[in-house]
This record gives sequence, C-alpha cells and structure tokens, in this order.
Amino acid sequence: MSNAPLIRIFKASKRFTKGKETITIFENLNLSIPQGDFVAIMGPSGSGKTTLLNLCGGIDRPTSGEVHVAGARIDSLPEGALSKWRAANVGFIFQFYNLMPMLTAAKNVELPLLLTKLGGAERRKRVETALKLVNLADRLNHLPREMSGGQMQRVAIARAMVSDPTLLLCDEPTGDLDRTTADEILKTLQLLNRELGKTIVMVTHDPEAAKYARRTLHLDKGVFTERDVAAA
Amino acid sequence: MSLASQIVTVTAINLRSIPQRMWVSLSTVVAVALVVAVLLSFLAMANGFQQTLRGSGAPDVAILLRGGAGAEINSGVSRDQLRLIEEAPGVVRTAEGKPLVSGELYVIVDAVKKASGTQANIALRGLGPEGFAIRDGFRLVEGRMYEPGAAEIIVGRSLLDEFAGFELGKQVRLGTATWTVVGVFEMGGTVFESELWADVGAVQSLFRRTNFFQSIRARMENPEAVSALNDYSQADTRLKLAVKSEQAYFADQAGGAGGFIQNLGWPLAVIMSIGALAGALNTMYSSVAARTTEIATLRAIGFGGIPAFVGTLTESLLLSVVGGTVGALLAYAFFDGLTASTFGGSFTQVVFSFQLTPELVVQGVVLALVVGLIGGLFPAIRAARVPLVAAFGEK
Ligand SMILES: Nc1ncnc2c1ncn2[C@@H]1O[C@H](COP(=O)(O)OP(=O)(O)OP(=O)(O)O)[C@@H](O)[C@H]1O
Ligand SMILES: [Mg+2]
Repeated sequence: MSNAPLIRIFKASKRFTKGKETITIFENLNLSIPQGDFVAIMGPSGSGKTTLLNLCGGIDRPTSGEVHVAGARIDSLPEGALSKWRAANVGFIFQFYNLMPMLTAAKNVELPLLLTKLGGAERRKRVETALKLVNLADRLNHLPREMSGGQMQRVAIARAMVSDPTLLLCDEPTGDLDRTTADEILKTLQLLNRELGKTIVMVTHDPEAAKYARRTLHLDKGVFTERDVAAA
Repeated sequence: MSLASQIVTVTAINLRSIPQRMWVSLSTVVAVALVVAVLLSFLAMANGFQQTLRGSGAPDVAILLRGGAGAEINSGVSRDQLRLIEEAPGVVRTAEGKPLVSGELYVIVDAVKKASGTQANIALRGLGPEGFAIRDGFRLVEGRMYEPGAAEIIVGRSLLDEFAGFELGKQVRLGTATWTVVGVFEMGGTVFESELWADVGAVQSLFRRTNFFQSIRARMENPEAVSALNDYSQADTRLKLAVKSEQAYFADQAGGAGGFIQNLGWPLAVIMSIGALAGALNTMYSSVAARTTEIATLRAIGFGGIPAFVGTLTESLLLSVVGGTVGALLAYAFFDGLTASTFGGSFTQVVFSFQLTPELVVQGVVLALVVGLIGGLFPAIRAARVPLVAAFGEK
C-alpha cells in the first residue's frame, strides 16, 4: 500500500435546496484515502455516505470544495470528460446489482469494454477472465433472473473490474444478501484489494462487513471519526 | 468507442426491454393503428370516389347544360336547342352524315340498397339514338339493347351489384310505369355504371316530359372543338348553353364530394392523433421511469446521455411505426376494394370502390411517425437528463 492519496477531498460541502429549505449534509469535509486502501464507511441513515461515494466517483459534485481522485480534479471536469474519466478509473458496485435484466452475464460484464477501443475477441477474453475471477466462468450465458443474489452481485463485481479501474466504489454491496453469501462477496472484495491492489471504498451498515476492510470511517453529522473496528 | 456504437448498444438494450412494458407499449401500438386505419379509410374512400368520377369523362365529348345549371339535374334543354347543336361546327358525323349528338333526360328514381335495405336515389337516363357512339368503353354484357320507345331498361353493372331488383328480366316500377330489365352493361366502372339507361323517347313520354331534355352530349372532332362550341353557344341568343368537356364536368363533381370526404378524413385523424399522442407520451414517460436505474447505471459506467435520448426516441418511433403498419394493413384488409355508394354531384348514388394506394399508405405512416416523434421527444429529453445519482437509488 503506497502512501500517495488516491482520493483527496478538500473542504468539500454539500447542500441540497428544496424550495426555501436548505439541507447541509456536510461542510468543509476533508478526507484522504491512499492508493491500495480498503475503507469501510459507516454511519446512520441520512448521514451522507452515499452522497460522499457519489462525489468520489464523479457522479455528483460538491456545492463547494475540491475533489481530487486518481490524479484529476473531478469536481470541475466538464460532463463529457467526467464520463470518460469514470469509464477509465472507477468501478461501481450497487446494493441491488443494477444489471441489465435482458443481457446475459457476459454481455453485462462487457458493457464497460464497449467504451474502449478493444476488439470483439479481446473483449471476450477479458470478460471471461473477469467472470473467472468471481468464480462464475460457467455462467457466461445466464440471464440475471436465472441467478441468485450472490451470483448477480459477483457478476456486478466482474463488470466493475473488467476495465481494470484503480478504484472500486461499493454502496451496501451486501445489503441485500444473507450472511454466508455476504461473506463470500466480502472475501472477493478483500481478495481484489490484497492481491490486485484495488483501492476500495465501501459503504455499509453492517459491522461484520466492515471487519473485512483495512479501516473504518464513521460519518456522523458531517464529521468523520476513525475507530479501530477490532477494538469496538 | 464512437458515439454511434454507444447509441447502437444503448438502443438495443432499450428495445429489448420493451416486452417488460408490453401492455402499455401495446396500447400505443393500438392507438396509432386506429388513427392510421381511420385516416386511410377516408383517404381510400375519397380517392376511389375521385378515380371513379375522373375516369368517367372524355376530353372530346361536350356536355351542354342550361347556363348556370351546374349539374344535369338542374338543367333544361329544348328540342329546338338540340337541333341547333346538331348543326353546330366541330361536331363529329357518322358516315351517313348523322351528327353524334344525344339529347338526354336524367330522372331520379328510388331503389333499395342491398347492403342496408334502405331507399336511395338512383339515376334513370334516357339516351338519344347516338348516345352509345358518344360513350367509349360501353359493353352490353348480358341480354339485349332496349327497343326505341319501349318501356325497357338496361342496367349498369355497379348498380346491379349494389341495388336490389334489377336482375335481367325483372319488372321494375319507375314513376308511374312498369319497366322491364332487358340487358346489363359495363363501362369500365365509371359513374355511368351506376345508372339505368333507356330510350329518351320512352322516358319523355312515361315521365310526361315531351320535347324536353336536360343535357346534350356531343362528340367533338377534338378537345379544342369543345371550347369553340362554347363560344358558338354563347354567341347565339337561342342557345346560351354552358359547354364543358365531359372530363371537366366530372372533375368538378369529383372535387366537390371527394374533397368533402377528404376534408373530413384529415381533421378526424388529427383529432384522434392528439389522443394517440397523449397515449404515446404516457407510454414513453413510463418507459423512462422504468428504465431510470438502468440509464443511470449506464451513465455511471461511462455511457453518454445522447444514447439514452436516441434509444428512447427509437423506441417511440418503433412502436408508432408498428402501429402505423398495423393500421395500414387493417385499412387494406377491411377497406381496400370495398364497394360503397354515395351521393354524386346530382343527388343520385354513385357506386365506387375504396382505393388504397402506396401514396396514401405513406401519408398514414408519416402521420404515425409524427405521433411517435412528438410522443418520444420529451420523454427522450428526460431520459438524457436522468440524474446519475439515480443509479444508487432505491430498488
Ligand atoms: N438529490 C437530493 N435532493 C435532496 N436531498 C437529498 C438528495 N440526495 C440526498 N439527499 C439527502 O441527503 C442526506 C444524505 O443522503 P445519503 O443518501 O447520502 O445518505 P446515506 O448516508 O447514504 O443514507 P442511507 O444509509 O439511508 O443510505 C439525506 O438526508 C437525503 O435525504
Ligand atoms: Mg445510502
């Protein structure tokens, strides 16, 4: 794990305006996550965990402040450049998998590769490698509805990994799964972090899940507190 | 990857998800199909009617009516005027020197429609001896010709098909007399096939209109001679008859009633289109709503907003084109070739058949495309603007 920060959030504030009301989610928030880290983010519902993840992934912008990720200041990138940046640097893993229901596992995993210049054969090879990585080499042609929740989430992990991004952002990746299946998914994430050096930021409500991370950050009322999960 | 291939990918995903929204999608298809079917049925009707009337007139046959009469039914011509026209310049003569001029009487009689059993007006035409020489395409297909002066009629094929009681050999009561059907004629599906024909002398005496005609038809040497005859007629105070070519006469009548049908078809179709448009908008907005997570996920992965726009618009256009095609097929199956009769220009029934042409089908499909385009445009804009954070939204 190198010490250069992959994510650096500097004095970021996020406010939502609904009519006359303004809700401040956080103000002047600072965060630094080094390359190769595996961070769990916990906190009460509504504390802004998803919002933070969106900022890190270039899906949302802060009201003020700076967001630097993987060498780019993404809060000020124009929309088109931001799309390209996301395709090259970030893989997303969602609580409800977000697979395209009418596409097979292989076609779902291939989606990010369609944004590259790779040819069909090369794409096919990478899709197979990614699915092998999550132990689904035998499910290439299965549709999401023919798979279990755990299998669908593994397809989603393969999709997030296939274009080899440095950063994986996971929002409640095990929120919809039972304990045993959740543990399998978390072990897979751990493997990606330890063996392949992926930087992972994972939002979770589950303290058991957080134990798989290298460290846990608690977000509450717009402030981070770091606690040693093992000691908690 | 180029924008084009992004568009292809996203559009394919979009279209393949249509079965998940089958019922709402089907409702749009049905609505558009109905609009197009209704429009095409009206256009086919107007077209068939106009084709029948236009096909009826020859350019070198002059039809003479009392000035200002407009149609045969309102006109009146005397025997003296008929004689003057027989002597007029430009009129074709037979080898024996007889001018090809026919004084004709046009009487409205009642008949019963086979299809509905209702009464309708049809025309009984009394023709002069040269009346047949003036009509191209006339063929007696059954029975024989009427005898001069006898209460005998021959019936047009279209009329025989549409109206009851005119079969060969039947006795028919027309006015106060009883007439016998002695023959059946065809004339290329023209208006004349919707008429009963008899000897003008018989019609004059049995309808008590001795020495009275309503129109004169004359075969002229060429189309130019028709307008020369008009000048000739206007210059003679004993005549003052309005002269038109038969072709121009029927074209005027076709424009009237055919235009009326057409003018009914488009407004009706446009009003129905507004309903179909509301349906299409509803369908497409619900499509975008159903695909919000999908679209946002693709955007998060790195796809652009334009493919989402194009995909949505394509879905809408596809549904409406399918609807338009179904509508055209319905119109073709139910209306093309369908025979109907309606009022012609002279308050009598003209039998014609609906004619659907490729040009009309194109008009129907264009209307469908317009509905699909407008119905898809605003939802497509919404699709392109789906917030990316929706990818992390609730299931
Ligand atoms: N687009 C938005 N408009 C207005 N308010 C928003 C919007 N997105 C989020 N919020 C508000 O911001 C706050 C933080 O939302 P966020 O989704 O980041 O919370 P969270 O920590 O992920 O919660 P949970 O654990 O329930 O997922 C919430 O109060 C939410 O209602
Ligand atoms: Mg959340």
